[in-house]
Amino acid sequence: MSTLLATPPPAVPIMDDPNDLRPARPSGPLVIDIENVTKEYQMGAELIHALRGVSLKIFRNEYLAIMGPSGSGKSTLMNMLGCLDTPTAGKYEFNGRNVAQMDDDELALIRNKEIGFVFQTFNLLPRSDALHNVELPLIYAGLGPDARREQAERTLTNVGLGNRMHHRPNELSGGQRQRVAIARALVNNPSIILADEPTGNLDSRTGEEIMSLFEALYDQGNTIILVTHEADIAEHARRIVRLRDGLIESDGPSGQLRN
Amino acid sequence: MRRLWFEFTESWRIAYAQLRANRTRSFLTALGVIIGIVAVTLMGTAIAGINTGFEQSLAMLGDDILYVSKAPWMRDDDDFQYRNRPALKADYAERLNAIIEATPNSQLVIAVPSSASFKKIKRGDNEVDRVMILGTTDAFSEISPTEFREGRFFTGEESRGGRNVIVLGFDVANALFPNESPIDRTVTLAGQHWRVTGVLARQGSFLGLFSFDNQAILPLGAFQKYFKGKNRDESDIRVKVKDKNKLAESKDELTGAMRRLRGILPDEQPNFAINAQEAFKSTLGPIQAGIAIAGLFITSLSLFVGAIGIMNITFVSVKERTKEIGTRKALGARRRTILLQFLIEAVSICVLGGIAGIGVSWLLFFAVGSAFPSFPISFSMQLVFVGLFISVLTGVVSGFAPAWTASKLDPVTALRYE
Repeated sequence: MSTLLATPPPAVPIMDDPNDLRPARPSGPLVIDIENVTKEYQMGAELIHALRGVSLKIFRNEYLAIMGPSGSGKSTLMNMLGCLDTPTAGKYEFNGRNVAQMDDDELALIRNKEIGFVFQTFNLLPRSDALHNVELPLIYAGLGPDARREQAERTLTNVGLGNRMHHRPNELSGGQRQRVAIARALVNNPSIILADEPTGNLDSRTGEEIMSLFEALYDQGNTIILVTHEADIAEHARRIVRLRDGLIESDGPSGQLRN
Repeated sequence: MRRLWFEFTESWRIAYAQLRANRTRSFLTALGVIIGIVAVTLMGTAIAGINTGFEQSLAMLGDDILYVSKAPWMRDDDDFQYRNRPALKADYAERLNAIIEATPNSQLVIAVPSSASFKKIKRGDNEVDRVMILGTTDAFSEISPTEFREGRFFTGEESRGGRNVIVLGFDVANALFPNESPIDRTVTLAGQHWRVTGVLARQGSFLGLFSFDNQAILPLGAFQKYFKGKNRDESDIRVKVKDKNKLAESKDELTGAMRRLRGILPDEQPNFAINAQEAFKSTLGPIQAGIAIAGLFITSLSLFVGAIGIMNITFVSVKERTKEIGTRKALGARRRTILLQFLIEAVSICVLGGIAGIGVSWLLFFAVGSAFPSFPISFSMQLVFVGLFISVLTGVVSGFAPAWTASKLDPVTALRYE
């Protein structure tokens, strides 16, 4: 079905110490460097401490899952990682650039060039076909129509939707919609792909297909961050970060690596 | 720059899709703008028409003619002091002409007496009431641009002899002689028979108050004989000036001549008034401007209501698409991008409404123009541009607040919005 699914699963890297809970694969260069980040916001009269001092380093070509119950600060951390929000205090460097101090437009530029979002609800534009949906980040990047089309077509073909380019979201199945969304996330060659419950709205079989797609993207060298509360989905990643009450509870290799 | 252009085209694309998807809503919203644009363009041309009519009316009085009379035309004090002034006499014209001739480099050309009265004219069973009867000399044709439909003005000989000859205004001639040429026929006026020498061409009305086509001109001698009784030698004087750009100088000269003629000492107030059409202009000008401002203000209220409709629908659109805004921001849309998107959406509804409004105006002008050819309104290219400009402006002004709100949305909140 997909060109990517044809690739065999990656060989499991051999770990020196299976009980070592430090970041599993500091192989590539550092992409995200968060140190002692806090986030507070006002909700009515109450001051919410969503993050109380989180430190996290993410390297290129990592496959990481962020887990935690609701209220753990998981979403806040994801928004922070996705440069949708800035920390109240602490350091956040993205590819060596200080994000914490950026203004709205600089953040928009980082999101456009460096981050590919995949949402639980797909968030496709309902009145645009798959091709135009995938072209959208390229429009904001200032690419010309021809380059845009060519790049979007290539990416859609890559996720197995070469024959669905001119279908609108309501003419596609849930899995296909999420593939369009993934193509949209990939099209600008971002430094990280940030997927928020990407299988949350899919049945388990389709969910597995999507996870295989992520697996293949990981093999191609992409950096993937999954945000999920489902343990079996998180197990697809190589490293799992667990949050509780705004703090990192644990950070270590997933079962895949520990097995 | 390139990027801005792509954002621009993308915005138009979204706006188009949005309009298509919400046809009824867009149409109803545009209707407000359509009505507004129709009202404003109609009022604008009506005002322009009034101004043109005003200018035309003033031109009928002659912009190079000074009128000597007892009282000024435009006055705000009471009549009393003017009433007791001595009347102007018909023979002043001749005496003024003598002074003019004796003055080297005179700014004045000629003085002509003119007396007026309103009377009924009959011809067989046809009659016209309240015709303005003007008694003057043959020199009248020199100071007033009299074009003839047929025939001629009365001659100097007829004038001096005070013969019963008459020149009819356009409408008077038509009413009395519906089916034949009036030339050399007779009409009855003040119990006398008058031979028609000519019929004036159509001139129109003065400020819509009275019609120059409803007049008849006859020799002053005859006029005095049959119409004036004991005040028979009373007459106003019209004086033509050489250069209409030196009206003030000419007025001074005429005042001097009149003072000489009446023997008024330098320290005495003159007991006559010299009028010119500009008196109308300076008095009616502010009224005219007031009408224009009030008219445009009232009609622009309807456009304002249309603009509120646009603003409202754009706010609705922003609210409905909060999540889309969040998604676009996550994908790299800047504040400017979002602002532009909603601004263009508002502008495109306004422009469509504007085009439709201009179309409706055109139809109305066409209809009014065919029904009342004399009505001074006309459809112009200028009107199209002004209409389009106003609709774009309306779109920008009314779309700005919602678009600004959209651009300021926090992406996290917007993405979470259901």
